[in-house]
Amino acid sequence: MIRNSILLILVAGVGIILWQELSVFQSPEKLNDVAGYYAKNGHAETGDANIVTSVVVTYRGFDTLGEVTILFITATIIGFLLKGKQAKEAWKRPDSEFLITASQVLIPVIFLVGVYIFVNGHLTPGGGFQGGAVIASANILWLSALKNSKINHNLLEFAESFSGFGFVLLGVLGIFMAGGFLDNKIFSLGTFGTLFSAGAIPVIYSLIGLKVGSELSKIVIDLNQTQEDAE
Amino acid sequence: MIYSIIIIIMALIMLVMAFVAIMHKNLYVAVIASGIISLFASVIYVILAAPDVAITEAAIGSALTVVIFFYVLNKIRRTNDTK
Repeated sequence: MIRNSILLILVAGVGIILWQELSVFQSPEKLNDVAGYYAKNGHAETGDANIVTSVVVTYRGFDTLGEVTILFITATIIGFLLKGKQAKEAWKRPDSEFLITASQVLIPVIFLVGVYIFVNGHLTPGGGFQGGAVIASANILWLSALKNSKINHNLLEFAESFSGFGFVLLGVLGIFMAGGFLDNKIFSLGTFGTLFSAGAIPVIYSLIGLKVGSELSKIVIDLNQTQEDAE
Repeated sequence: MIYSIIIIIMALIMLVMAFVAIMHKNLYVAVIASGIISLFASVIYVILAAPDVAITEAAIGSALTVVIFFYVLNKIRRTNDTK
């Protein structure tokens, strides 16, 4: 009872603070200095149609490298904690024919959508993180519907390390061939708005997509392998 | 105007789902309720002109997180049963 009333008072206090913030809130008339700079010069400097992507990959590329590293460490720790805890008998309950047939049609399409999202990250909304998450959700469908098929672990690990290495290598190349770490002008900027444009941005974002996709898939696969059949 | 009404309705549904996620005794229902919150949040992001965030929220919030929670719940229940 006392605990509940303390919680209630806390929630009410947060509500009052938020209400006071909201009552004086006015949406700004124009962008602040940094956002205004990106919106004004982003297209010309990076040759990128999607400003969000140019901020994520070029202007704030170092932060993206940190995010990818955090994801990598998370996947590694989950794999480490679940290591050697394989389920005794495989987790195989037969599924309905509908689910199996439908997923055989859907899985390649979902993979393709994920690849489309990260390859076109510099033109359309989305990019490496979004495409990687879509690929991982295709892997979830694969794991839960087609239990007899096996996913190649070596391929996943190769994709992960290759893309991580390529990402850092392209970033370091930027120091020597262009303005600085993760500068995208190491390739020519190309025609604005076409698939092969914006220098290194599509390459880097595709590598990030591969890395995020393989890492999230690895987390799900690790968790799936330690599941036992529920009776 | 119509967008404001849609956003308010979806925000109310999200509030109700948040209460369900906290209060419900069955953890599986709570996990699905938190997935529904992410689903409606992604629709609101699209209306607020942030498609980048919407794709992330839809894929991670309402698909990956829910499935990972289910895997972990299944594992925890198993460990508790055998003890």
